[in-house]
Amino acid sequence: MKFLHRIGAVAAKEVRQLRRDRLSFGMIVALPIMQLLLFGYAINMDPRHLSAAVADLSGTAASRQYVHDLAQSQVIDIKHQVGSAEALEALMRAGQVSVGIYLPPDFERRLAQPDRAAGQLLIDGSDTVVQAAAASLVSPARTAPVADAPPTLEIRTYYNPERRSPVNTVPGLIGIILTMTMTLFTAVAIVRERERGNLELLITTPIRSWELMVAKILPYIFIGLVQASLIFWLGDSLFRVPMRGDWLDAYAVILLFIVANLALGLMISTLASNQFQAMQMTFFILLPSILLSGFMFPFDGMPRAAQWIAEVLPMTHFMRLIRGIVLRGAELGELRGELAALGAFLAIALTVAVRRFDKTLD
Amino acid sequence: MNEGLAIRTRGLTRDFGALRAVDHVDLDVPRSRIYGFLGPNGSGKSTTIRMLCGLLTPTEGSATVLGHAIPAEAEALRRKVGYMTQKFSLYEDLTVRENLDFMAEVYALRRARKRDRVDTISERYGLTRLLGQRAGTLSGGQKQRLALGAALLHDPELLFLDEPTSAVDPENRRAFWESLFDLVEAGTTILVSTHYMDEAERCHELAILDQGRLAASGSPQDLARDIDARVVLLRTDRPRSAGKALHAEPWVLSVAQVGNELRVLADKAQEDAVAAVAARVRAAGYEVAHCESVPASLEDVFVAATLPNRTARRERAA
Repeated sequence: MKFLHRIGAVAAKEVRQLRRDRLSFGMIVALPIMQLLLFGYAINMDPRHLSAAVADLSGTAASRQYVHDLAQSQVIDIKHQVGSAEALEALMRAGQVSVGIYLPPDFERRLAQPDRAAGQLLIDGSDTVVQAAAASLVSPARTAPVADAPPTLEIRTYYNPERRSPVNTVPGLIGIILTMTMTLFTAVAIVRERERGNLELLITTPIRSWELMVAKILPYIFIGLVQASLIFWLGDSLFRVPMRGDWLDAYAVILLFIVANLALGLMISTLASNQFQAMQMTFFILLPSILLSGFMFPFDGMPRAAQWIAEVLPMTHFMRLIRGIVLRGAELGELRGELAALGAFLAIALTVAVRRFDKTLD
Repeated sequence: MNEGLAIRTRGLTRDFGALRAVDHVDLDVPRSRIYGFLGPNGSGKSTTIRMLCGLLTPTEGSATVLGHAIPAEAEALRRKVGYMTQKFSLYEDLTVRENLDFMAEVYALRRARKRDRVDTISERYGLTRLLGQRAGTLSGGQKQRLALGAALLHDPELLFLDEPTSAVDPENRRAFWESLFDLVEAGTTILVSTHYMDEAERCHELAILDQGRLAASGSPQDLARDIDARVVLLRTDRPRSAGKALHAEPWVLSVAQVGNELRVLADKAQEDAVAAVAARVRAAGYEVAHCESVPASLEDVFVAATLPNRTARRERAA
């Protein structure tokens, strides 16, 4: 039975080491909980409470009743009342709403004509799940309880009418790839130097903290831009992903996102004591970035708590920015809220990183 | 400020949590000398060096290095000092030349000067044939020469060497020390930590550190002359048993066996230590073939200076 003895010794040692590595130990418990909550609650393929805006130009009792009935379905939350179709389109382009309801001045008269659509349902097609959910608003099942003849809305899908999923996946993929590589590369690059003792030597040279930090992230900024261009190029040539906005805007946003992730990587490097920990921490950021940012599942369908977490992640804001520019042709001015959020994240991460990255070994 | 001093510390102290790694150390290191830190592992050698080159902030006390107050002026100091870490800390995945070029650039040497220094250094430390080789594939001695060369690229006035020869064979150690004397002759001050007696003996001056405290300092000769003990060499037929008998005596500070001989450190208060040692061994029933008083070696000095609970023994003797 000597072999059992030996196996027991190694297994016991393994458990003892694991208990001392608090981060790994935490992962054992935190990962299943996090996954369960994310997949159980946050991920909803039949989202409700999509942000919507209404342009009710007829302003009659019937049109108000109709809008009220649509809101009752809980598929949409009416956030804005506007006065024109152009205003609806602007809100959608800026990413503020994903559904627009346009009721023309002669809405009531049209209702009586079953062969004509009484109004229009404008849907943001840059997320195919949202698109499907919004389209259900006009399906017979949903409109049947409404009195009289079924009033039809004509669906107008914006940005991705063919419902090709690469079109909305590819721009988001830039964000996922950049989160993964930029954060991990910087974190590991710095932790590795500390682990191998290189940093101890560098600290005694005249190079300053900020010089060292800038020099370490500079190559990765370039790498990040190359990665983004590669995805754009492949997305265009393989999947005909359009570029409806301005290239300069897109790259400005990508650059901001790269730097934000590098700052995050720097921050992680000051917290992790070895390369494995740096990878674990990156994973902790990456997983919610994929699941909560709106990349895989619609943001509107998630419960409040998940949305709050998502708002903290740079990926969520980048998702909205890049989809806005690439798919909806939005301008930076229309997306300034998201830009500000990303900028704030960068400022905080950088401050924490610089403060913690002191040029001593204390 | 004394012009002749490279380093001056007063009450230098560093705590790591509850542990006091360096405890009120006063040092005066003259210029153009090899100054040694001798002490066992954990005696505070590395911590002291790290404080002196600005890597660690002292908890208490003051230090002036090359006229710069530490840690306030540590940045200004960095151009003037070179540091060779205990563990090889250059890049193993870069070649010897890439490592040297990199360090020269970090010290912002101009292109022509960089080329000149890299050539000079690689020739002086036998790296010329290794320039294209990855540093990770070098032997212990080659790595050490590379590390020394890299620390000297910017021609520092003061060189910190933290246990530089721990991964090196005796022959390379010897060559290494010869090269250190070349540097001193050119005006460099060298502060080297070691736990090898033969290396300590080569230093112009020494500080013996013990549990963070400065146990003794001075030139090896002065330290041996002023040793706070009497050294007796004893030859006997039963050295192990005789040693045990001696060790039980309160005035015997330490007994070490060297081959068949016993090297006994006796308290200075014991006037005729030779007679006392011989008498004690005979009384225990062992033969004394030879017993004489000998000059102290550096190891004797080290043992006497780092003796635990020495005061307690004294009190028992008195």
